[in-house]
Amino acid sequence: MIRPLILLILFTFSSCKAQEKANDIVLQPEVVNYTFETVASGIDIPWGMTWLPDGSMLVTEKSGIIYHLKDKKKSEISNVPKVVARGQGGLLDIAVHPNYDKNGWIYITYSSDEGEEKGAHTQLIRAKLEGQSLTQIQTLYKATPNTNKGHHFGSRIAFDNDGFVYFTIGDRGNHPENPQDIKRDGGKVYRLHDDGKIPTDNPFVGQQGAKEAVYSFGHRNPQGMTKHPVSGKIWTHEHGPKGGDEINIVKKAANYGWPVITYGIDYDGSTISNLTEKEGMEQPIYYWLPSIAPSGMVFVAGDRYPTWKGHLLVGSLVFQYLELVKLDGEKVIGRQKVATDIGRLRDVKQGPDGYIYMAVEGKGIIKIVPKG
Amino acid sequence: MLFFSFGSLIFADENSAYHFINPSNDELVKSISRGKEVYADFCMQCHLGNGKGSETVPPLAASDWLVNKRKESIHAVKYGQSGPIKVNGKSYNGRMSPMGLSDDEVADVMNYIMNSWGNKQSKMVTVSEVKAVKK
Repeated sequence: MIRPLILLILFTFSSCKAQEKANDIVLQPEVVNYTFETVASGIDIPWGMTWLPDGSMLVTEKSGIIYHLKDKKKSEISNVPKVVARGQGGLLDIAVHPNYDKNGWIYITYSSDEGEEKGAHTQLIRAKLEGQSLTQIQTLYKATPNTNKGHHFGSRIAFDNDGFVYFTIGDRGNHPENPQDIKRDGGKVYRLHDDGKIPTDNPFVGQQGAKEAVYSFGHRNPQGMTKHPVSGKIWTHEHGPKGGDEINIVKKAANYGWPVITYGIDYDGSTISNLTEKEGMEQPIYYWLPSIAPSGMVFVAGDRYPTWKGHLLVGSLVFQYLELVKLDGEKVIGRQKVATDIGRLRDVKQGPDGYIYMAVEGKGIIKIVPKG
Repeated sequence: MLFFSFGSLIFADENSAYHFINPSNDELVKSISRGKEVYADFCMQCHLGNGKGSETVPPLAASDWLVNKRKESIHAVKYGQSGPIKVNGKSYNGRMSPMGLSDDEVADVMNYIMNSWGNKQSKMVTVSEVKAVKK
C-alpha cells in the first residue's frame, strides 16, 4: 500500500507544480477580423474605465488622475482624493452605479494612507461629478491596517442584479496572515449595499471580530471582476504567484484557498504549498500555468462580435495580449489570442455602444472595431 | 546576529553562492539586507528570485547594463523604464512602471541587486547619489 502512495505523492509533486499544465486548453493564434482604433493616447497606466450616460468615458490613471474622454478630447477631473502611488498601489478601479442616470454615484477604489499606521491599504469611495469635479465624496470602506508593502491592493468593483456593490482587495503582501483570516482585511471579495451599509445577510455578520463586509475569502490578488450578463453571478480572476492565476465564481462564504492550496509556486522557485485542492476550499473554473498576469475582464454581449458572444475577455499584463476565454456554461472550452503584442493590458470593458475597449499601459484606450 | 558574526561572509540570496564583501563596509551590508526586502516586494514578480528575468524582462543577474549604466540603472528604479534597451547583447522594449520608492529604498535595492547572483559592485549607492539623479 505504501509504495503506490509514495508514487502518487511524487507524481502529484512533479505534475502539479511544474510550470506547464498537462492537457491544457491550447491557446489558439489570433484571427484578425477587426481593426484597432485609438480612443485616447498619452495615458501612462490606464487602470479602470467606465461610461457616463452621454457616452463619454471616465478613465483612472494609476498615479492619481481621472481623465474624462469626451468628443475625442481628454480632460482631467479635479478633486480626486490623494492616492499612494507605490508599487502596485495607486488609483485603481472606477465604476458608475447601475442607476447612475437617477442617482449620479460613481464608485472608485484606490490605495489610501488614511488611518494611524504608515503605508496604505485599499479604500472604496463613492462620489458625484459636478461639472469636472468630484463632490460629495463618501468613504464606503477603508481596509486596515495600512502597510508599506507595495503589492496586492486588488482592486475591481462590480454590481450585481440585487443592488449590492462588490469590490476586491488583494492580500497586501501578507499571505501567511490575511487571506484565510476573516478578522483581517486583504485577500477578500467584499459586498456592501450601494451606500456602504453592511448587508445583514453577509456571511460573517455577527461573528466576533469578523470583517463583516467580507463575502468570500482565500483570494490572492483579484484584479478582474464582472457580472455574468445572463446568470447575474459575479466572476473574478486573480493573480497567482508564479503560476496558478485563477478564474472563480464568487460564492457567499466560500474559501478560495490561498495560500493553503495553489497551482503556483513562489517567485524564487520555492514551494508555497504542496496542496492544490482541499475539502472546504473552492477549485477554480480555470487556472493559467504559466501565469498570464490577468487584469480586467468582461463577458461579451450584444451582436457586434458574433463569434465572441457569451465568452469572456481577459487582459494579460505579462504576455501583452487579450485572451478570449471560450465558455460552455461555466466550463472553459477554448482559448483564443486577440490583440497580439498590444502592450500590458490593464483593463477590458464593453462600452454602452457595444464595442470592446482595452486599456493598455503606455498607450491609452483602444477600441476593437469588427471588419465588415 | 549570527548573520553579521560571519563578518566578511554573507549569504546574499538563496540562489547565489557565498561571496565576499569588505568587512569594514558595514553600511553596505545593512543596505543590501534592507534592499532584499524591497526587491521581494517590488521587483521579484518580474525579475524573479534568481534575477534572471524572462523573455520580456531583462536580467539583473550578470547584467552588463547594471555595470556600465549605473546612473541609468538608478534612474530606472527611481522613475521607471520604458523604450528599447540592450542587455547582454539582447534587445528589450518593455515597460517598467515607476515604483514610488523613496530614495533610501532605491539605494538599498540597487545595492542588493548589484551584489546578488554573482554581481559584485563594491562602490555603494548612497541616498545622496539617488537624490542627485533627476527625472
